[in-house]
Amino acid sequence: MAPVPLARRTGSGAPDDSTPLLSLRGAAVSYGERTVWQGLDLDVRSGEFLAVLGPNGSGKTSLVRALLGRQPLSAGTLTVLGRPAGRSGRHIGYIPQQAALSAQAMLRARDLVRFGMDGHRFGPRPRSGAIRRRVDDILASVGASSYADVPLGMLSGGERQRVRIGQALATDPRILLCDEPLLSLDLNHQRAVTELVDARRRSHGTGVVFVTHEINPVLGLVDRVLYLARGGHRIGTPEEVLSSESLSELYGTQVDVLRVRGRVLVVGAPDEIAPPHHDPAHDPAHEAAASPTIDGVRP
Amino acid sequence: MTLADGIWHQIFAFDNYGELLALVRNSLIAGAALGLVGGLAGVFVIMRDLPFAVHGISELSFAGASAALLMGVNIVAGSIVGSLVAAGAIGILGARARDRNSVIGILMPFGLGLGVLFLALYKGRAANKFGLLTGQIVAVDTPEMTWLLGTSALVLVVLTLIWRPLAFASADPDVAETRGVPVRTLSLVFMLVLGLTVALSVQIVGALLVLTLIVTPAAAAARVTASPVLLPVLSVVFAVASIEGGILLALGSSIPISPYVTTISFTIYVMCRAAGRYRTRRWGARSTTPQTA
Repeated sequence: MAPVPLARRTGSGAPDDSTPLLSLRGAAVSYGERTVWQGLDLDVRSGEFLAVLGPNGSGKTSLVRALLGRQPLSAGTLTVLGRPAGRSGRHIGYIPQQAALSAQAMLRARDLVRFGMDGHRFGPRPRSGAIRRRVDDILASVGASSYADVPLGMLSGGERQRVRIGQALATDPRILLCDEPLLSLDLNHQRAVTELVDARRRSHGTGVVFVTHEINPVLGLVDRVLYLARGGHRIGTPEEVLSSESLSELYGTQVDVLRVRGRVLVVGAPDEIAPPHHDPAHDPAHEAAASPTIDGVRP
Repeated sequence: MTLADGIWHQIFAFDNYGELLALVRNSLIAGAALGLVGGLAGVFVIMRDLPFAVHGISELSFAGASAALLMGVNIVAGSIVGSLVAAGAIGILGARARDRNSVIGILMPFGLGLGVLFLALYKGRAANKFGLLTGQIVAVDTPEMTWLLGTSALVLVVLTLIWRPLAFASADPDVAETRGVPVRTLSLVFMLVLGLTVALSVQIVGALLVLTLIVTPAAAAARVTASPVLLPVLSVVFAVASIEGGILLALGSSIPISPYVTTISFTIYVMCRAAGRYRTRRWGARSTTPQTA
């Protein structure tokens, strides 16, 4: 395997390789009889950009849920920010799948961002200029100032996703957990979203776990790839994992990986794996994702 | 006098208005309290898509109130017990939207049936029976007044404490949960708060028309603002205006209070909807202008 430059592996922001931000050891998730993935050993370190790839039903969403502490492991251990998942405090920025927002919500972009700061606090809400300025700063940093006061329901998919990133940044995250953040975005917005995420990990050393079914928009940023498939998983640099040899072995069938003009094309991988044997209604994100989203492609 | 004139005078009568006004002073106070809590709870009813639950709770509240009437105990207390049972059942059994609607659909006719049974057994004044369903200007006596105001105060305190995390959990449950907001607990607490609010509303607008105080004002406010401050304020203003206006108009007439309240509340909604179209057009225009990415 080709050696990977150190700078790339750690990102250029605050390299801190001593303790991983999150750590899975021999981890497995299963629903009843069906094991989604198992034997997963994974560390994500400060400033690292990990892409999670895999076909539908390969357990990408289960991984996100496990990292959030909402999906118990059936085996192994998971430590997030030094503590068991779900009790790891509030320094996890979570960007859920598109359209996971209640349609009835009468919220402006700035309200969603503010929720990221103090939405969890009980008691009367103090009027604070400092908080308002911080919200304004965050909105500006994600390029959402011009629609800060527009209800979220009236924003395009790309605009909403910028606000979502703003909300995640408002939590001052040490880990950014992005669940298909590029879904139904056009190329310009895909680039904008990935650049925002990348900027954060470089400036603050935030670890990024980026679930996506499309590697190319993040190919140039990714330090490592976790490729989940029914037959197992592969972890390594994009060069290691996204090769004909590695994916053919993973899928148990001939898969060809082509590299054309800086893009990776995977040919022959079974697109769909049998749907997971669990009730998707348990997961609101699934329900929400099933409803069509209209993306903001502008004239 | 033509027939039309006769009906007009039945609907709008202001003879001896000053004396009547003194009699309903308590009702006006109760109405203001109710408008306050109804307008506030309504904001979350809209956010959490619970109008049907409001209706379901009100039918069991009606059953509780009519049972109390039959047994000769405090009607407000009976109404509260009925409400809390319904709200608790909906909150526990119907955590998911799909289950919730069927739970409500099952509870609602049962509650209404029980209420009809108790009223049929009741031998007292017919006006008392009718009032529970379609509203009345309660010449609220002191013990009932204490219950109404005490419950309103409780609802107000709880809503103030949980407002922010509840708004977070209502709008954005997925992320709220990851931020440590107790989404499920808040959902149940809100159902109970909603139960209390419904029980109060049943006393004045009646079980069938509770939605006019708990849903319509908040829905109207949501057409004209998305500000987290202005929305509850407007919702409360609309709810109080509907109920106090209703009481004042109904005072001299022989007609129950509810048609007045529902008409005012509906008119406010229609006006807000029209105003909201204007606002929407402005934002619509925004999203067609090109932006720098």
